[in-house]
Amino acid sequence: MEHYNMNLTLKVWKQKNAETGGKFETYKVSNISSEMSFLEMFDVLNEQLIREGKEPIAFDHDCREGICGMCSMYINGRPHGPWHGTTTCQLHMRAFKDGDTIVVEPWRAKAFPVVKDLIVDRSAFDRIIQAGGYISVNTGNAQDGNAIPIPKENADKAFAAAACIGCGACVAACKNSSALLFLSAKVSHLALLPQGEAEKKDRALNMIAQMDKEGFGSCTNTGACEAVCPKEIEITNIARLNREYLTAGLASDTKKH
Amino acid sequence: MLDSKIPAGKLEDKWTDYKGHCKLVNPANKRKLEVIVIGTGLAGASAAAALGEQGYQVKAFCFQDSPRRAHSIAAQGGINAAKNYQNDGDSVFRLFYDTIKGGDYRAREANVHRLAEVSVNIIDQCVAQGVPFAREYGGLLNNRSFGGVQVKRTFYAAGQTGQQLLIGAYQALERQVALGNVKMYNRHEMQDIVMIDGKARGIIARNLISGQLERFFGHAVVLASGGYGNVFYLSTNAMGSNVTAAWRAHKKGAHFANPCFTQIHPTCIPVSGDHQSKLTLMSESLRNDGRIWVPKKQNDTRKANDIPEEERDYYLERRYPAFGNLVPRDVASRAAKERCDAGYGVGTTKQAVYLDFKYNLINKYGKAEANKHGIQNPDTETLVRLGKEVVKEEYGNLFDMYEKITGENPYEVPMRIYPAVHYTMGGLWVDYDLMTSVKGMFCLGEANFSDHGANRLGASALMQGLADGYFVIPYTLGNYLADEISVKPIPTTDRAFVEAEAKVNERINRLMSIQGTQTVESFHKRLGKIMWEKCGMARNEQGLKEAIQEIRALREDFWKNVRIPGGIYEMNPELDKANRVADFLELGELMCMDALERNESCGGHFREESQTPDGEALRHDDQYMYVSAWKLNGENSWELEKEPLNYEVIKPTQRNYK
Repeated sequence: MEHYNMNLTLKVWKQKNAETGGKFETYKVSNISSEMSFLEMFDVLNEQLIREGKEPIAFDHDCREGICGMCSMYINGRPHGPWHGTTTCQLHMRAFKDGDTIVVEPWRAKAFPVVKDLIVDRSAFDRIIQAGGYISVNTGNAQDGNAIPIPKENADKAFAAAACIGCGACVAACKNSSALLFLSAKVSHLALLPQGEAEKKDRALNMIAQMDKEGFGSCTNTGACEAVCPKEIEITNIARLNREYLTAGLASDTKKH
Repeated sequence: MLDSKIPAGKLEDKWTDYKGHCKLVNPANKRKLEVIVIGTGLAGASAAAALGEQGYQVKAFCFQDSPRRAHSIAAQGGINAAKNYQNDGDSVFRLFYDTIKGGDYRAREANVHRLAEVSVNIIDQCVAQGVPFAREYGGLLNNRSFGGVQVKRTFYAAGQTGQQLLIGAYQALERQVALGNVKMYNRHEMQDIVMIDGKARGIIARNLISGQLERFFGHAVVLASGGYGNVFYLSTNAMGSNVTAAWRAHKKGAHFANPCFTQIHPTCIPVSGDHQSKLTLMSESLRNDGRIWVPKKQNDTRKANDIPEEERDYYLERRYPAFGNLVPRDVASRAAKERCDAGYGVGTTKQAVYLDFKYNLINKYGKAEANKHGIQNPDTETLVRLGKEVVKEEYGNLFDMYEKITGENPYEVPMRIYPAVHYTMGGLWVDYDLMTSVKGMFCLGEANFSDHGANRLGASALMQGLADGYFVIPYTLGNYLADEISVKPIPTTDRAFVEAEAKVNERINRLMSIQGTQTVESFHKRLGKIMWEKCGMARNEQGLKEAIQEIRALREDFWKNVRIPGGIYEMNPELDKANRVADFLELGELMCMDALERNESCGGHFREESQTPDGEALRHDDQYMYVSAWKLNGENSWELEKEPLNYEVIKPTQRNYK
């Protein structure tokens, strides 16, 4: 593949902290290689800003291999940028061409307040998991791993749902800022396995109650979440969640513990 | 004198006897005891969860925005366990033996045997938690092979095993948070250990959002802060992975063991330019099905697919017929370097070799699928199509990642790969209880030195992290805390806390006041270059001596000329980074000293002065059969203490994978 260099204009959201307002700043970067990752382009810009005595741009990132879920940039109106099924850190500059202007914002959602610049607080996701996103088994209680055969089809489906990296792109893409794709991926992952069966009703009810409490909106059914999910989590998980929720709601003996 | 506290008795009975006789803390007392856990990767999250389940009051810390981000999440290929589900001759003993041999006889027998014993419990625990391991059509767990081993004992979840195991541990941890047994501190980084009467009794942490220093008391401190591969700047580690917690513990008296034992992983995506910020691993599991080769002709500029079969050198299969492409990582890495140094490298930089899937895609998977579907005499195109589907299921996410990074499609052309820094076997010295040489301070997972000797086998890091956290520390910590039940929580207004905080504060102010001209990143890059060139895949006396001088000069330059923008009491990622790089600049020197002192080759530590006639690592068991435990005596002044390694069961021999 042909390598090339490019000059770019960046319009990036700058915000000092959660209390103050923010605004877009414009930056120029030059000689960006098509082989760089999007975050490496930001590294170049930040090095340049520090040398000029200016404030670098704060952004979340860690593994830079698309799995930790920390990176979270809203690029040209789309979470994680133009490539399908790709996190910001795996987006590479060959997606852009010389002279492009790129607009970069943080995730925008009431439940994800901005901490600084492009960094948001996603601890609401941790609290949703705390509400029931687990199987209640203490260490040391387990029977042999092969004691319960699990049909490969179910195991594969559970795995596909469990591939969620908790980045929050689904929330950022949704015009109601719903967390339903995230939540449904967890409910599906656990409900599809026999080990998760016992708690599945409470799990769905309690996690949804927590989601509402955190200020996430309701599902729009437009599928924007699925379209931007870097791990291609399917919207059918939401249908499965709805079924779980409905049957759990009908069984009136379930209550929040 | 270091006491490893290995229990007496027969090797296979030691752990059972220990559990039967260790001191216990009753449930009512557990609720009065506070434990600090640093790091929430596999070791930290599993420890925090397991200790919370037992009723201890746990405070867990991570520098990321959520415990689920810890770098264990990026582990790809799998986790070993001696289940012998494949009926292919595996056993606890064999896993123990393979690990000791793989580590080139520089690990402790007792610790490794315990690891092999509890490996089977890990799989059971993870399945119970809902970890979606790969399964066969009959619904039972599937296995794959990894390097240095002739059985199939690796459990996996596509190329995302670390993610699935960590999410399991994270969920167990969050459950304990919900129950009030664990208090979680996200975006907090440990800065120092607080010592009271010779015991670890708390920490000073920096809140990375506000920049404020905070004090926390604990009856014991458990470090599970990961490895230090980022001392090389370029590595497969996450950007934030650092040595700071372990290093600050070292400064408070914990010995640092075998710092020079670094693992260079053979199959990573090569460096593409100066902008490179990290390197990406292509899982060892790919060597199950990928064949490694270079052209037989030097400086061959033809495209990979234009080079005919007879002009390809499958050098691992040629040199190591018994293990072939599945030799251990250190052997595979050195073999790749040897070919590239000799002028057979490929790609624009010539610092790469091919990892090719065509052969197995067609001959293994394609043919098997064709048979399954009853297709008679399939043509190559059909075989490729059928094989591709299987390969996609096994490794799809890795192939996609390769394509995103390089712009090349690995189903069509072979991957280009080159070795990169991946894991550090060295770490804080611990005894059998996983306690460091500081009382009350424990160390788990990659951060300690204990189980992998001079080279770690693939799929064993996840095993060790979870073994330490789920199944070892719950016993050994109780054994220590049983004598601490009468200690009342010490208020953080105690002088020891105040003084420790003042020291941290002073250091941060010093860093911020330099206001020099060079960025933190530029220092980190220079350090990495020194380490890679002189303390990397091959080391020699002259280079190491030069490296020590260069690192000292660089460190001095750093403390005079680094520029950190922003302020202290705000979110300031550059300050966070400077704080970590300052520690790497000290660690680097110790690694070179350790490499210089160990004038033998073993595992990942290759001293050019010590090799066999055919270029394999040559150990000197008569001189170096010990753990090098370094004690800090003053600023950058160390003393070496040696813990002799006694092999009672295994007889060390020259490793042979031929």
